Amino acid sequence: MSILVDASTKVITQGITGATGFFHTRGALEYGTRIVGGVTPGKGGSDIRFTLEDGGVKRVPVFNTVGEAKSETGATVSVIYVPPTFAADSIMEAVDAEMELVICITEGIPVLDMIKVSRYMEGRCTRLIGPNCPGVITPGECKIGIMPGYIHMPGHVGVVSRSGTLTYEAVHQLTARGIGQSTAVGIGGDPVKGLEFIDVLKLFNDDPDTLAVVMIGEIGGTAEEEAAEWIRSHMTKPVVGCISGLTAPPGKRMGHAGAIISGGTGMAADKIAWLEACGIRIAPSPAEIGRTLARMLEEHGIMDSCTDKMSIYRA
Amino acid sequence: MNIHEHESKELLKAYGISVPPGHTVFTVEQAMRAAETLGSPVVVVKAQIHAGGRGKAGGVKIAGSLEEVRAYAEELLGKTLVTHQTGPEGTIVRRLLIEDGCSIAKEYYLGLVVDRSSRRVVMIGSEEGGMDIEEVAASRPERIHKETIDPAIGIQTFQARRLAYAINIPGEKLGEAVKLMQALYKAFIDYDCSIAEINPLVITGEGALMALDAKLNIDENALFRQPDITLLHDPNEEDPLETEAAEYGLSYISLDGSIGCMVNGAGLAMATMDMIKLHGGEPANFLDVGGGASADKVAAAFKIILSDPRVKGILVNIFGGIMRCDVIASGVVEAARQVGLSHPLVVRLEGTNAKSGRQILADSGIGIISSDSMEDSVREIVSLVQ
Repeated sequence: MSILVDASTKVITQGITGATGFFHTRGALEYGTRIVGGVTPGKGGSDIRFTLEDGGVKRVPVFNTVGEAKSETGATVSVIYVPPTFAADSIMEAVDAEMELVICITEGIPVLDMIKVSRYMEGRCTRLIGPNCPGVITPGECKIGIMPGYIHMPGHVGVVSRSGTLTYEAVHQLTARGIGQSTAVGIGGDPVKGLEFIDVLKLFNDDPDTLAVVMIGEIGGTAEEEAAEWIRSHMTKPVVGCISGLTAPPGKRMGHAGAIISGGTGMAADKIAWLEACGIRIAPSPAEIGRTLARMLEEHGIMDSCTDKMSIYRA
Repeated sequence: MNIHEHESKELLKAYGISVPPGHTVFTVEQAMRAAETLGSPVVVVKAQIHAGGRGKAGGVKIAGSLEEVRAYAEELLGKTLVTHQTGPEGTIVRRLLIEDGCSIAKEYYLGLVVDRSSRRVVMIGSEEGGMDIEEVAASRPERIHKETIDPAIGIQTFQARRLAYAINIPGEKLGEAVKLMQALYKAFIDYDCSIAEINPLVITGEGALMALDAKLNIDENALFRQPDITLLHDPNEEDPLETEAAEYGLSYISLDGSIGCMVNGAGLAMATMDMIKLHGGEPANFLDVGGGASADKVAAAFKIILSDPRVKGILVNIFGGIMRCDVIASGVVEAARQVGLSHPLVVRLEGTNAKSGRQILADSGIGIISSDSMEDSVREIVSLVQ
């Protein structure tokens, strides 16, 4: 079990003929993800050919519109690799086509565009993840996005994060200890985005196969604090947290558009204090996420259910 | 991206928002001429730097005569102004705004920001004008009033009116204040702002409603559709290393410590800085080489890190996902050779092709210390630098 995506999920790529879209669609196909179509306006009606590492060839049909791609293929999820200038429009097209889930990888979308997008999504059924995110992976079943698939391992720990490479680091630490993941979700580093920590935590809480959660936050905004409040009153599963940016100076945008301490809010130390007050176990350093989780799983007596000792992975 | 006060005022003026008459000058002579042209008995000499807190730092002077204008212009031009936003090194004043001094009957605060929680633009008003609004929000939150704006229809008249009433704009100025609020919102949207502030908004002794100060901050992600704003970029207001890094597509922020960092990904870069601190060191910078770092980019990153004289050692932390560690390793070796390795260099490679990457480092014979764990690599560089 997992959240959001699994082995049966049918996916289309918006921007499939662009270099980035092509590259990562091939990566998804290599992983076994069911990519059933692509969208590039003006290239509809053609096929795009992927040669995989094992020499196999996959052909993916290209459509002019998301609506057409959906009705022809039965896809429920769309992933977006469209440049930032056009990405907001692409998200809205996918929402209009009533895709169940839209994952937007694109970095650099103007924040006012995202405000429009979130207004447009009100009252509609689509869930959005991102933008400016690594994507979503249910290990062994479905990889959508730019994360390296092989560091993941199927299992029972949910991972949710605002970061990309720091998530890989955390996942790597879990896998190295034989602790697999149910699903890893990168919600992205932008200030206005789709799913927030709370939304993903709710899904993990309701997923019988997720037994514990790792939540990786950073400076800027108050999403971690809001999530912590929710965890305190609703979460039935143990959560380990990590917040990066203790050494970040105020007023500077630390790479991510959303990672900025402004007006005295969004500081790492405040977030950590808040999370701890809500019962979240904080990893004393980013290198100790795996260790901290392992200790907590032991304490809850669920270490054995979360560990696959047969398949401890070596880098 | 920040722009100067005088530029913000020029932009807002075009939307019908009144600002005091004024001229931007770069020399003392220009300042004198500007004051003469204004011909008013009281002239304000305002240092134009991007950082806030200029008033408290002595960057805003009231001159009662031409002689005083000269004295203040001489004092301010070329002066390093240290405010709570510039950091201890301060910013050099290179331009001044010479403005008509007006008498102030009442001050207000008016601002627009992007509110993450509601995913909307929010207009904020307060009767506590001219103050640090964050301080007001913390100590007297009841003095802060907000209107959340629906992006589909923009700010409505009733909302602006409600806010104007809430902050006690006098009845005869209410209509004008409503128009001003709507104009500010329009400018905010047109210029892709992330912050627009008028602080203070004043009613003068003569009864005019006027923006005495203005600050616009533009969303960098939107600069592709803001060619006019891009022209206002002032390299003097930025760390030259940050500007250079941006040209190579690197995200770099200079800090005070002695350990230079090069990391892929913003979250991992911040985590690496935190770990350096945790182990008793101080990071010299934040540097995210991004997802597709080429050998050239790595070399540029090295040069930028090494041009900071405070740097005594470098830590490279790469988690190769899409980026292959062997490619990074070759880039690091090449860059180290090009630049000449005068400081300890610890490289941690993990992820795709990490083994062959580490082999490349080991074979290079230029004394690169290779490590496979984040923790060990941080310990190593901290002990080498101390």
